[in-house]
Parts: sequence; structure tokens; C-alpha cells
Amino acid sequence: MPAETQGVSNLTTLLAKALPITVRNITKTYGAVHALDDVSVDVKSGEFLTLLGPSGSGKTTLLMVLAGFTRPDGGSLKFGDDEVIRKPPHLRDVGMVFQNYALFPHMTVAGNVGYPLRLRKTPKAEIDTRVEEALETVRLGGYGARHIHQLSGGQKQRVAVARAIVFEPRILLMDEPLSALDKKLRDQMQIELRHLHEKLGMTTVYVTHDQREALTMSDRIAVVNHGRIMQLGTPQQVYDKPANRFVADFIGDSTFLPVAREGSQIAFAGTPLKLSGTVVPSGNVVLMVRPERLRLATADVPQTANLFEATVSNVVYQGDSYLMYAHLPGGIEVSLRGGIRGDAVAELPMPGDTVTLTLDAADTVLIADDDD
Amino acid sequence: MMMTDTSISLPHGASLRRDGALERLRLFGLSSPALLLVLVVLVIPVGWLFYVSFIGANGQFSLENYERMIARKSYTRIFITTFQVSFLTTGLCILIGYPLAYFMSQLPSRWASLALITVLVPFWTSLLVRTYAWLVLLQKQGLINQWAISLGVWDEPIKIVHNMTGTLIGMVHIMLPFLILPVYNAMKAIDHDYLKAASNLGASPRRAFWTVFFPLSAPGLLAGSLMVFILCLGFFVTPAVLGGGKVIMVSMKIVSNIELFVNWGAASALGVVLLALTVAILWVASRFINVANLSGGGR
Repeated sequence: MPAETQGVSNLTTLLAKALPITVRNITKTYGAVHALDDVSVDVKSGEFLTLLGPSGSGKTTLLMVLAGFTRPDGGSLKFGDDEVIRKPPHLRDVGMVFQNYALFPHMTVAGNVGYPLRLRKTPKAEIDTRVEEALETVRLGGYGARHIHQLSGGQKQRVAVARAIVFEPRILLMDEPLSALDKKLRDQMQIELRHLHEKLGMTTVYVTHDQREALTMSDRIAVVNHGRIMQLGTPQQVYDKPANRFVADFIGDSTFLPVAREGSQIAFAGTPLKLSGTVVPSGNVVLMVRPERLRLATADVPQTANLFEATVSNVVYQGDSYLMYAHLPGGIEVSLRGGIRGDAVAELPMPGDTVTLTLDAADTVLIADDDD
Repeated sequence: MMMTDTSISLPHGASLRRDGALERLRLFGLSSPALLLVLVVLVIPVGWLFYVSFIGANGQFSLENYERMIARKSYTRIFITTFQVSFLTTGLCILIGYPLAYFMSQLPSRWASLALITVLVPFWTSLLVRTYAWLVLLQKQGLINQWAISLGVWDEPIKIVHNMTGTLIGMVHIMLPFLILPVYNAMKAIDHDYLKAASNLGASPRRAFWTVFFPLSAPGLLAGSLMVFILCLGFFVTPAVLGGGKVIMVSMKIVSNIELFVNWGAASALGVVLLALTVAILWVASRFINVANLSGGGR
């Protein structure tokens, strides 16, 4: 390594060294349960990919296969051009942040962060500088002498990250690293981890069940259920154009309204829907309605909006917004989330009021009703 | 400070304080039987032991019981033997018990409880029964000699009892559970993710064991070893039966002082020294481990 790339720039040169991950036909069964069902996915070099799914969906199993802790029944796994499916975990050279951090309680912070370097026979002086550098990267400079039990949850999390990146792995895996933190800290760490990823540029696979976290941090999201990838796309794609009902249901709040085909058109309760660039799936479809895309009709309703008459059943004030529940004529309850100004609280509809809800044509999304 | 001021001015302040004082008094009353018991079965007997140890043959205060211990070679030898047996037993227990506990800790839980039972059943069996069982097994015409000869391991009966060998075999067998249980507990408490993390960071299974697993199990090993060592120091039955009079430990000298020489003072002095040694060892150990965990229950 040339002398000028020593020091802090060490970490920035990683971008060039990030490795793509190629997963092909990975299958893992536990008895009759398909934890992973013929999963194939490509993670691009330097990409932040999130595996998002409910518990038991197989997302953690897939991560464990990547790390080498779970032996799949079959399939292929490549880091760059190297087939690694049979490689034991300690030879894979990937960093990993564990859900419970797994910081060694018998070592100090510096002992933990320096551990992978000591294993690699790095000279003592270099270990010291690289440990401090990694700790500074996670904004814990000078914490090296602390004991693990002296750290707060957020600090432990940072140490775990520092330990996972200090040996400059080209792939970083994270298993719900923020789930043990309280909400404020979690929101802050999401941004920090995202910045860190932009700075270090290593290919990152991140597992979470928290859809907001996935939407906030990811380049792309793989929504996982029943051991299969239900949809792979950018946050906006999976949120606004869910591939199926599971994805639409799992990400964000949504209500599904039954619609019928009438000739070439799709109609709800006898009224044809205005659509704008919406792809209509074949077979049975349902209309996906998200609370924040519904609006209360104002004086000038845009031409492109679909209108729904509804009876208000409840209004919940939530500080930053309000949530209104209303029944459509068919008896289906939809919810509407709206912004609110302090002095406008009194002007909100009351339960029992009849209101007109509008849904812009661009927000009118039809989903194949697989009902899986 | 304002403390008194505010507490007086607070409504019901005085009555609430009186309630608190009464409650403390009641709690003290409830614990008094236990305190009394400690006084009767611990403080008084130990005090008595100290007192008797300082009474000479003429019934006057004297240090002769302690001076004898320093002056006589036979006493020195007894103390050396006691420490030798204790060290060797502890060492053998570690060599046998640690791998066994490790094996048990890695078993699936159903097999682990079965293995635990095989450790505990002998533990619950009478000490005397187990010691005499070893005597039967180890003697010249015993099972072990017979089998070894018929299998051709050795040609004629060898002496494996009524000596140090026999004593150690019996002691190790009896002490093993005291080591295995705390070590097993400590190992079970080690989160598997630590080993995964070590492996992920580049440690081979061997490195992961020595850098992560062993250090994390060490407090349990230390606690177990300490337990075994302290129990060995004052052990009587097994060395008395299997040592055949050749392995004289402190406890046996205490017995002979009483039964043969009716010298309560000398016996008491030995008891005091043994007690002082034990306390000293525990005190030193307490700087490294939490002695409250010694009972084996741990967390």
C-alpha cells in the first residue's frame, strides 16, 4: 500500500474495494419449513441493501448464510468472483454488527475494536492508530480504555460498528443493529449509519423488520416473506408501487378497497376510477389506499382526483398530525392522515359528519389481489 | 440545611417518620431468630475453639499448641501433605472437569440435563459409600487389578490404594462435581453470539476458544477450583480410608489429637490454623472473583 493512503484515507479507499454479492438459488429448510426458498439476489458493489420482513420471514437466515453461520441446503454465493458458499465464517472477511452487539465483556473498547487486527497479526503501533481512527469514525474517539459495561446502548452500538469496520472488510452485514435502542436514538443512528456507509462505501446488507428504518436508509429494499423475496426495489418503488398485497400491507399503512372491472375500466362502488399511468395487473385487483395520500376535499377539487363520500367515525389528535377514520358507503373503514396547525384543531370534522375524501389519480394504485 | 425545616412543616411528617422507625424495628425483630442462630452455632463455637487453642496442658493460657506446630517436623510434613493433596486434587479436577463441562455445555439441552444427572447422582450418594466403593475397586484383589491383569495391562497386582494414588483417585471423584457445576454454569451463560462474533472477525475455532470462550468461563473455573481446594484442605473421610495411614492430612491429625492423646488444645489450634488458611485463601480470591457465587449457583 502506498504511503499516502495510510491514515484516515485508508477508510476512504475502501470504495474502490467494495465487492458485489451474488446469491443464486439458496435454499434452506428446517424440517418442513422453507426458511429460504430458492433465493437469488444481486447486491451491487457499494450498495446499501436492506432485507425487510416480519420475524420468521427468512431475512436473518439469509444474513447468516452470507456470514457463514448457517449452512444452506444448496445454492451459490459469490463475493465478487469468489465462490464462498463452503468457506468457514472466519475466512470470509466480512464485517458484521450483531443484534445484541456481541461485544466481548472481558475486553475494553479498544480490546474489542483491536481484536480483528490482533488476529491478523497487525503490528501493535498500527493497531493503536487504526483502533483510534475507527472509534473516531463512529464519534467515540478517546473511549478506548472504557469497559463495555460502562457504555450506554448507543455507545455499544457504535463500538460494534467500529469493530466491524476496523479491519476494512469489503462487505458489511448488520442484523437489526438498532432494535435495542430507544426511538430517538434509533432515528439518529439511522442517519449516522447511512452517512457512514456513504463515507466508507462498503457493500452493506442490513436486516430489519422496521419498514421506516428500511425506507430511510436503503438504496434498495428486498421485502422478504416465507423465505422468498417478494419485491426488490428502491424505497420509493416498494412504497408507491408494491408488487403484491403482502408488500403493500407490510410497508406503510394501507386499506384495500374492492374494485371491479367494468369493460376497460376499473370501478369502485359503480364509479370508474381515474388512473394516471397506473399499471393494471391481470386477474383480480384491489385498490390500495394509504392514509397520507387521502385528502379532505377543499373548495377546488382537482380534475384528476377520485372522490369518495364518507362518514367520519373518529378523529384522533396525534400532535404532529391527526388521524381520521371514516366509513365509505360499503361499510369499509379508511383512515386519513392530515397535517394540522394549532389553531385549526377546532375546525376538524366531528364524528358523524359527512365528508368528501379525494385521492389523486397518481396515488391511485391497483394491486393484484393474491391475498397470500 | 433546610432539611429539618421542611420535614417539620410537611403534613404528617412526624407521624410518617415514626412509622418508618417502627417498621425498621419490626424488621429487626423478624431477623432476630436468625441472628441468634448465628450467635449460637457460629460465633460461640468458633470463639470457644480459639479459647481452647490457647490453653496449655497445665490449664493455663499458653502458646504451646502453636509452638508445637512450628517446632515439630511431623506437623510440617502434615501441612505439606495437606497442601500437596489439595493442589493435586484441584489440578486433576480442572484437567478432567473443564473439558467435561465444556462437552456438557455444547450438548443439546435434553442430553445436557442427562449428563448433568450423571454428575449429580454420585454427588448425592453418600460420601462413605463412594469411598468404600473405591476401596473395593482399587485393592490388590479388586476389580481394577483383576481386569488390568486379565487384559495384560500389567502383570501382577499393583498397589493403587492405601497410598497417595488411591487417595487422589477417591478425592478427585468426590470433588469433581464441585468443579463441574460452577464451570458448567459459567459456560452456559456465555452467549453464543460472542463466538460467532469472534469467528466473523477472523478467529479460527481454536483462537475463538482461547481468546473468548476460555476467558469468559474463567471466573467459573476459578470459583470451582477454589471450592475444591478449600474442601480438600479440611477433608477427612476419603484420605483416612484410601490413604491407609500413609497420607496424613490436618483433619486426621485433629482426630488423632483428640482420640489418641485427648489433647483438645492441640486439636483446636490445628482447627484454628485450618480456618485461618481458608479465610485467607477466600480473602485473596475475593479480589479476583465474586465469592458469593462460590455455592455454584452463580447467576
